[in-house]
Amino acid sequence: MTSETNSAARKVRSGVSHTLLVIVAIVFLGPLVYAVSTSLKPADEVFTPTPHLFGSEIRWKNYADAFTFAPFDRYFLNSLFVAVAGTLVVVAASSLSAYAFARLKFRGREQLFVLFLGTLMVPQEVLIVPMYWLMQSLGWVDSYWALILPWAFTAFGTFLLRQFFLTVPAELEEAARVDGCGPFGSFFRIMLPLARPAIAVLTVFTFISFWGSFLWPLIIINSVEDKGTVPLGLAQFVGQQGTQWNLMMAASIMAMIPTVLLVVLLQKHLVRGLLVTGLGGR
Amino acid sequence: MATDTTTVAPPGAPAGAPRAGRRPALRRDGRYASVFLAPSLGGLALFTLFPTAMALGISLFDWPVFGERSFLGFDNYSHLLHDPVFRRVVLNTVLFVVLYVPLNVVVSLGLAVWLGPQIRGRQVFRVLFFIPVMTPMVANVMVWRLLFQPGGLIDGGLQAWFGIDAPNFLGSSSWAMPAIVAMSIWQGFGYNFLVFSAAIDQVPQSQLESAQIDGAGPLQRFRYITWPMITPSMFFATTMTLITSFQVFAQPFILTQGGPGVATQTIVMYVYNQGWQFLQMGLASAAGWVLFVIIMGITAIQFFGQKRWVNYDV
Repeated sequence: MTSETNSAARKVRSGVSHTLLVIVAIVFLGPLVYAVSTSLKPADEVFTPTPHLFGSEIRWKNYADAFTFAPFDRYFLNSLFVAVAGTLVVVAASSLSAYAFARLKFRGREQLFVLFLGTLMVPQEVLIVPMYWLMQSLGWVDSYWALILPWAFTAFGTFLLRQFFLTVPAELEEAARVDGCGPFGSFFRIMLPLARPAIAVLTVFTFISFWGSFLWPLIIINSVEDKGTVPLGLAQFVGQQGTQWNLMMAASIMAMIPTVLLVVLLQKHLVRGLLVTGLGGR
Repeated sequence: MATDTTTVAPPGAPAGAPRAGRRPALRRDGRYASVFLAPSLGGLALFTLFPTAMALGISLFDWPVFGERSFLGFDNYSHLLHDPVFRRVVLNTVLFVVLYVPLNVVVSLGLAVWLGPQIRGRQVFRVLFFIPVMTPMVANVMVWRLLFQPGGLIDGGLQAWFGIDAPNFLGSSSWAMPAIVAMSIWQGFGYNFLVFSAAIDQVPQSQLESAQIDGAGPLQRFRYITWPMITPSMFFATTMTLITSFQVFAQPFILTQGGPGVATQTIVMYVYNQGWQFLQMGLASAAGWVLFVIIMGITAIQFFGQKRWVNYDV
């Protein structure tokens, strides 16, 4: 009797809880829905006395117009190139050094690893002034080199992949070594294939941080129309009179699509990656 | 086999020679290690270690982008100390941190507890709340700029549905900072939410259920079972959130340009303005170092304080 009323009460409570959660989710998504809705409105209907979800017509053309309003195709290509190249360098450099720290015995390994971890403490803001000076000295101001290389060597990836390499049983590698496999052979043939999930996590975090990076491109890129990345292109319109909000929102939504797709496709890896690294990758 | 182990052994290697039998392996591994480590070590040395030291050096100079540099000693730092703008900027940043960090933790922890293992479909919510974390900050901020705009969704909605005039959020010195904090929480809480969710998944359901049978209410169950088990995640999340919130830049830069006046200008904006608007690299570098010291101090306090409340062995 009491257990029946209990389970009924529990059902009601869980129903209420679910309903409230859906409301929270809707409120949370509100800004994005509003952005999509604005991106599909005619320019003169962006600000109306009463907010409407739809304008008098659904203008898909805004998405195409964004590319003529500003060279967003160029920005997208630049961002894609920088993010892909940067991610490749990060994954290559960190997997190599992670292997050394996890598997090779050499003098001073522990001290060197502590030094690597120590560099994680240094915030980007401390580095930007000397980095700008360094780029000037190398003649790299306003170049793709400057967008890619300075942030492509971080101890974060080394740390993340080392944690994974440590979990690989040593016997696997010893067997390969007996068969005549050197460290390079076992790195490429055994460790890298096994570390695929960890590399996937590192790839996503790195790609996303390059894709969204703002402060550094703002500093180092002068010819925005030519070498600007997506965030820089978006920010160009701040403060300009007569911002075309509908086109801006179309561009903003497009800027979000690659990373949203990555999150949705790789959500299982991401949750695990967060747990394993415990370092974050913002 | 060559005997050049010294070229690969970094400074600080132990002086005592290893046992004779292990020596060849150490030596051979050492040579390989230098190849495996070369890219990372070279990159970190050139792009992190050297610039970190260089930053301290630059901060001691009058270092204009163009023209003569001259040594100042600590003048840049004493200038910062006496610059009313910088003092305001530090206050603004602290205000942002003080508002943002606790709210972020409350929202993300609250939702993570609410969305416990008993809720169906929680994967969907997880992905949903994580989306703004991963989308470019500038795109997120652009969306909220439209939202806060006079005539935007908030203003328009308040007028149409409640007949209230909304404040000019981004143009009012009392509303601009709360607006920036609200936007930042929307964009950032999903990260901690995911961290807390993962931690709460590890709490054994059987313990919670038996506590419930013994008559423990939801608050007691949280306090005595869930909380002790998630303190390591809490420590990680609060430390990371504190560090990153001191570095706030894109939100005020795009929402308010630091205004009205300097009401929402932050330390990183100050670094940017000094360096690339006023071309005073020395001053910018000094401000960057002040931020670094603040962050190191906060992290140290967190680490020393963790004994008091973080359980690693539950």
